[in-house]
Amino acid sequence: MVLTPPDETTSRPANGWCAAPPVTDEPADLPAWYRELRESAWERFATLPTPTRTNQAWRFADLKHLRFEEYAPAAEVSASLAASLVGRAVGERPAGFAAHFVFANNRLLHAETPALPTGATCLPIAEALVRHPELVRAYFLRRDDVLGGEKFAALHAAATLSGVFLHFPKGCVAELPVIIHHFIGGEGSIAFPHSLVVAEDEASVSVFDLFESIGANEDTLLVGMADLHAHRGGRIQYAGLQDLSDTGAKHVQLQHTRAGRDASVKVGFINLGAEWIRNESVNRMIESGADCQIFSANLANANQEYDQRTLQSHEAQHTTSDLLFKNALYDRSRTIFSGLIQVQPGSHHTDSYQTCRNLLGSDEAEATSMPGLEIDANQVKCSHGSTSGTISDEEIFYLRARGIPAEDARKMISLGFLHGAIEKLDGDDLQDFLFARVERKFAAIG
Amino acid sequence: MSQSLRIENLHASVDGHEILKGLTLEVPKGQVHAIMGPNGSGKSTLSKVIAGHEDYVVTEGSVFLDEINLLDLGIDERSRAGFFLAFQYPHEIPGVSNANFLRAARQARLPKGEEIDAVAFYREMYAKMDELGMDRKFTARSVNEGFSGGEKKRNEILQMMMLEPTYAILDETDSGLDIDALRIVAEGVNAMRSPERGFLIITHYQRLLDYIVPDVVHVLYDGRIIKTGDKELALELEEKGYDWVTKDLVPA
Repeated sequence: MVLTPPDETTSRPANGWCAAPPVTDEPADLPAWYRELRESAWERFATLPTPTRTNQAWRFADLKHLRFEEYAPAAEVSASLAASLVGRAVGERPAGFAAHFVFANNRLLHAETPALPTGATCLPIAEALVRHPELVRAYFLRRDDVLGGEKFAALHAAATLSGVFLHFPKGCVAELPVIIHHFIGGEGSIAFPHSLVVAEDEASVSVFDLFESIGANEDTLLVGMADLHAHRGGRIQYAGLQDLSDTGAKHVQLQHTRAGRDASVKVGFINLGAEWIRNESVNRMIESGADCQIFSANLANANQEYDQRTLQSHEAQHTTSDLLFKNALYDRSRTIFSGLIQVQPGSHHTDSYQTCRNLLGSDEAEATSMPGLEIDANQVKCSHGSTSGTISDEEIFYLRARGIPAEDARKMISLGFLHGAIEKLDGDDLQDFLFARVERKFAAIG
Repeated sequence: MSQSLRIENLHASVDGHEILKGLTLEVPKGQVHAIMGPNGSGKSTLSKVIAGHEDYVVTEGSVFLDEINLLDLGIDERSRAGFFLAFQYPHEIPGVSNANFLRAARQARLPKGEEIDAVAFYREMYAKMDELGMDRKFTARSVNEGFSGGEKKRNEILQMMMLEPTYAILDETDSGLDIDALRIVAEGVNAMRSPERGFLIITHYQRLLDYIVPDVVHVLYDGRIIKTGDKELALELEEKGYDWVTKDLVPA
């Protein structure tokens, strides 16, 4: 991909931009409850301390990236840039989709809904707030489950009006995913993408968020959130691909799941770009029979740092969860995985797994894994583990013995390693798309 | 120069222990030779050394593929030069599909800039899988991962059929095979026998040689070929055991 510089930039803001919520494109008739919610979030953001390394939730993290005051709300892109971004998004998306939205710098540029099932609500959040205020109110920004990112969550809540509200009523099923592109650009820009997904009883919905930079090498910060609510027998798949510029871009992605009775939720994070990212994934199984599966495939090189924290919270009997995170590291990159399985009192017959695997492609790369278990119930099956290793010489030998050059062999094995997590997601088009992006990054690593 | 796989006075060691101690044999194009020998005689070392495994150090001797000295080439270059080893224990490669693996191996044989014809490739692969009685699902499965012993061996033969080497070593391909799988694998090998190709079949048991009838049988013992004969030698060995050939050896 050739990244062209954006044709406008915002100048770096002076210190103290944080005087008012950095909201952009605000409709006139927003409900009062939302304004109150935003004001209180803004107050929280102002009073919460910036995370420090002494905080257990930020252990091992490099916090030099967190300087909120150096960012300002991203400026609107010009009409010509908007057209080229829409062209880029439309030209590069998984083949089949129910709907496709394109946002840049917090503003909606493009929407098409070729295959939405009848009854589904699929609207930009700002519009949903005006048209379905009570429905949105039941879910929007009501969760404060975070794993250290309170200040980010508060800032996000105070500012987000970009992203999509998806409500699938009882029995409403979409075979194809809703694709949402979020572009960010402009030196010192900050943006706040949000995906709010509600699957009512027996409904099924798949969402694919893509995060990309408009240009290369710009210092930008995305503070995003994905909030997933699956009711009885509901199914949600949420996949987030972070393919931002690998220099300058930073990304915080907070994700919550609430899975009700017999609901199943699949979450996937694929990180390829950005200089620094933080994923927080909180998955709560609140009624019996709920199932959560969380997957991640990450390819880090140069000085990239990927920091991922997860919680699998079993809060009812007969709940199940599985987590598989895979990191392939090159050069001086770093990954941090901290995962906790929590079985709440009385959540008997829980079945829960957690695995983090690191493939080290360089002596200087560093992978930190902190798996954890807290069990307060009986008849529970839980396991967790993490492994770190290099590519096995025997695997390389086998491929080379078939004529495949050593470098190609190494690449195939690393790709195969990450594929193992991507293939857990549903949708051949989506898998192919993600796999192609991983290959593209590998080609750039060389 | 003669058209053959020639192993001349090959000495090789692993971890400082000499395993091959001056092994010499020649497989002319068009012939099938078998190597038999007791455990620890150096059979698997021979195949790994020729394939170029880095744990083995060649201290003396040479291996010629027609006029090319294989020992001068890297592991992957040996394969592209026309050598193939069917492994005794094929490795599992998680996440790499069998089809992509074979495709990469074929692609590596094309000149730079030339792309494989995907449609023709799949047609050919499916036809060869049918010959070997392999289900199509094996194309999408990760290489050897979760395969049974027999499935792994069939997969080795599929690779050999797709890569069409000029010389192939089959290292104990019969181990782990039931009689039906053995017959299918042997048919695959027999179908590839040609005046343009030589085979060296390493086996512990005579059974495989009922299905792939060799032109010449060698007995390997303590890193050297100690006896060479026709296919009757294999039967005789089966009947009399390895002691029969080793007892004639003059103590060193």
